[in-house]
Amino acid sequence: MNEASLGQAAAAQAAAASSTMGKAGRPPAWTGGYWPFVLPAVVVILAVILFPWVFTIWMSGQEWKLGQGSSFVGLANYWRMTGDDRFIESFWHTLSYTALSVILPILVGTIAAVVFNERFMGRGVLRALFVLPMMATPVAIALVWTMMFHPQLGVLNYLLSLVGIPPQLWVFHPGSVIPSLVLVETWQWSPLVMLIVLGGLSSIPTEPYESAVIDGASRWQLLRHITLPMVAPFIMVAALIRTIDAVKSFDIIFAITQGGPGTASETINLYLYSVAFAYYDIGYGSAIAVIFFGLVVALSVLMVWLRQRTQWSEAGAAA
Amino acid sequence: MFGQGLTRRDLLIGTAAAGTLGFGAIAPARADVNWKKFAGTEIGVNLIKSPRGDLLTKYEKEFTDLTGIKVSSEMAPEQQQRQKLVIELSSGKPSFDVCHISYHVQKRQFERAGWLADLSKFMKDPSLTGADLVESDFSAAGLLYAKNDKGEMHSLPWSVDYFIIYWNKDLFAKKNLTFPTTLDELVKTAEALTDPKEGTFGFVCRGLRNANLPPYMNLLLAHGGDALDAKGNLATDSAEAIAAAKMYQTLLTKYGPPGAAGFNWMECQAAFMQGKVGMWLDGVGFAPPLEDPTKSRIVGKVGYAVVPAGPKAQASCTYGDGIAVTETSTKKEAAYLYCQWAVSKLMGARLLQTGGGVPFRNSILNDPNVREGVKFPPAWLDSVIGSSKVSKLGLPVIVPVAEFRDTIGTGLTALLSGGDPATELKKATDAFRPTLERSEKG
Repeated sequence: MNEASLGQAAAAQAAAASSTMGKAGRPPAWTGGYWPFVLPAVVVILAVILFPWVFTIWMSGQEWKLGQGSSFVGLANYWRMTGDDRFIESFWHTLSYTALSVILPILVGTIAAVVFNERFMGRGVLRALFVLPMMATPVAIALVWTMMFHPQLGVLNYLLSLVGIPPQLWVFHPGSVIPSLVLVETWQWSPLVMLIVLGGLSSIPTEPYESAVIDGASRWQLLRHITLPMVAPFIMVAALIRTIDAVKSFDIIFAITQGGPGTASETINLYLYSVAFAYYDIGYGSAIAVIFFGLVVALSVLMVWLRQRTQWSEAGAAA
Repeated sequence: MFGQGLTRRDLLIGTAAAGTLGFGAIAPARADVNWKKFAGTEIGVNLIKSPRGDLLTKYEKEFTDLTGIKVSSEMAPEQQQRQKLVIELSSGKPSFDVCHISYHVQKRQFERAGWLADLSKFMKDPSLTGADLVESDFSAAGLLYAKNDKGEMHSLPWSVDYFIIYWNKDLFAKKNLTFPTTLDELVKTAEALTDPKEGTFGFVCRGLRNANLPPYMNLLLAHGGDALDAKGNLATDSAEAIAAAKMYQTLLTKYGPPGAAGFNWMECQAAFMQGKVGMWLDGVGFAPPLEDPTKSRIVGKVGYAVVPAGPKAQASCTYGDGIAVTETSTKKEAAYLYCQWAVSKLMGARLLQTGGGVPFRNSILNDPNVREGVKFPPAWLDSVIGSSKVSKLGLPVIVPVAEFRDTIGTGLTALLSGGDPATELKKATDAFRPTLERSEKG
C-alpha cells in the first residue's frame, strides 16, 4: 500500500469518526434514540431490585407489626439487635455453619476431582453417581435425612452399630446438630465443587508435569507444587459460590430442625423468617434483613478479594 | 321446607350420599332459612390444607347446589396459610370472604385488628340461620374462642383438638400395668414401662421448641398453673410452672426416647407406631394413622384416655379452628351461609366419622346416629367426650403467641439437655416479658 492510499484511508477514518462523534468529540444527538430500548431493563431493575431494597431500608426504620399501626423509630431496630441474644447467637451459628459448609465440600470435592481425573475402569459411572445428590430437591433430601438421623429408627445409627459405635443423637442434640446439618450440605454440594475443580484439572497443560517427572518429582510433589497451585483459582470460584450459597442456606435447616433443638441450629436466615413471618414484626425483620444483606456482601467481597489474590499469585509465580 | 330451587334430583343425590355415610337422619337445618337468597353470588374461601379443608372442598358442590352461591376456594399448608391470612387481611383488601382461622394462634391478633365480621346479628336472623344453630350447642371452649370481650361472635367454632393420652395395651399387659389415674401414677407407670435394653420407653411427647408448648401446658394446667395470672402477668416461672417443668423433664429425659428434644408430633408418632413407646400425649387427631394397618404396627392395640388428673386439676389442653367472614367482605351474608354450612350437623358428622376432626357442637358428638358411624374404637370417642368436660385453653390469648411458644419453648428444650427447670424458666420468662409488654401497649 503506497503513501497516497494510506492518506486516503486516514481521511476516510477521520470523516467517519467526525460523523459519529459530532462536535468536540461528544456523542451525536441521535444516540438519545436508544433510550426506549434501554428503558424496559431500567424499569425492571428499579422495580425488582432497587425498589425492594429502598423499601426494606425504609421499613427497617419503622416499629411495624402486621395488624397494628406503624411509627418511625429511626435506628432503634438496629440498636435492638445488639441486645438480642437470639440474634447474636444466630449470627455465630451462621458463621460456623457457613465456614464448615464451605471447607468440607471444598475438601471432599477437590479430592473427588483429583480421583476422577485419573483414568480407571467405571470412572464415568462413578462420576455420574457422585453428581446425583446435587440434582435432588433440597426439601426431599431433608425429609430423607431426617428419617436417617432418627435416633431409634434411622439407618445411620444402625450402620454405626454394625461397627460397634454407640448410637448418636445427630440433629436431635444441640451439640451435634450443626455438624450433622453440615454433613447433609457436604453430601449434596461436594459434587458441584468436584465438577468445577475437574474442569480446572482438565485445563492444566501436561508440560509442567513432564518436566517435574524428569526432575524426579514424586506424586505428592506433583500434586502439592503443580496441581493444587494451578487449580487454586478454580477452587476459589467454588469457594465463592459455596460461601454465598451456604450463608443463605434455609431449606435444609428449616425442613430438618426448624432451627432446633431450642435455637441450636438457628441461623440469621431462619431467625429473620420467624421474626417477619411468624411474629409479623416487619420493622425488626427488615432491619435484620439489611444486616444479613451486609453480611452476604461482606463475605462475597472477601471471597472475590481472595480469588483476585490467587490470580495475582499465579501471575507472580508465572513471572 | 327445603330451600327454594332444590330439585327432586338434588334431594335424591343428597339423601343417597348422606345415607352412604350413615347419617341419614342428619342434614343442614333448612327450616325457614332462605338458602337461595344470594344465588348467583361468588365468594372466595381461604382454607388450611388439612382433612378439614379437604372435606369442605370435597362437598363444595353440595353447598352450591343448596344455595346457588359459587365458591372459589384455595388451600395452603397451615403455616403458609396463617401467613397469607395475616398479610392479606392487613392489606385491607383480602382476596377472600371466608377464612379458616386457628384460634389458639390468631384469636387475639384478629380481634384487635378488627379483621373479622360480627356474626351475632346473622345468628339472630331466622332467614339466615337454622333453628338448630344456637350458641349453647357449642362447647364452652368453642364459645371462649369465638366470642370477643363484648360477647360478639366473630367466627363459628368448627373443629376442636383436645390433648389425650394414647397408650400401648401390649406394653402395659407385658408389665401387668393398668392405665394411671393421676399424673404422679403416670410418671411411675412410665418408669415401669421403660427398658432401654429392649428399646422400649414409657412416655413420649413433643420436645421441639415451639411444638413443645402444648404438652407442657397440659402439665402446667394440671398443676394448677397457667401461662398468665389473673392480672394478665406472665406466670411461666411460678412454683406450679417449675413443678410442671420438672415433670416434663423427668418424663422425657428418664422415660422418653433419646433425642426427644428434637421431636415434633411426627417423630413421636413414628416412635409410638413402632410399638416402642408406652404412652404418648398429643392431640386427638392421630387415631386414623394409628389404626391404619398400612402405616401402624399397633393396630387394635391402642388405648385412648383422657389425660389423668394432676396434683391440682384435671385438664385437657384445647386448641381449635374456626371459620369466619372477613370484615371487608361485601358479601357477608352469602359468606355467612357458607360458614353455617361448614359447621352444620351434616358436615360435622362427616368430619368426625372420617377422623378429620372433632366438631365443637355437642349435638353432633352426642348424636347416637353419628357415633355409630365413627370407625375408630369407642374408647377414642369416649376420650374426646371426656376431654371436653375438662377442657381448658391450651395457650394464652395474647397477640405474640408465636413468640411465646418459641421463647418459652426454647427454655423447655434446654431442660432436655439437663438444664435446671427454675433457671431455664426464669430466663425464658424474662426474655419474653418485654415482648408481651410491647404487645399489650400496642
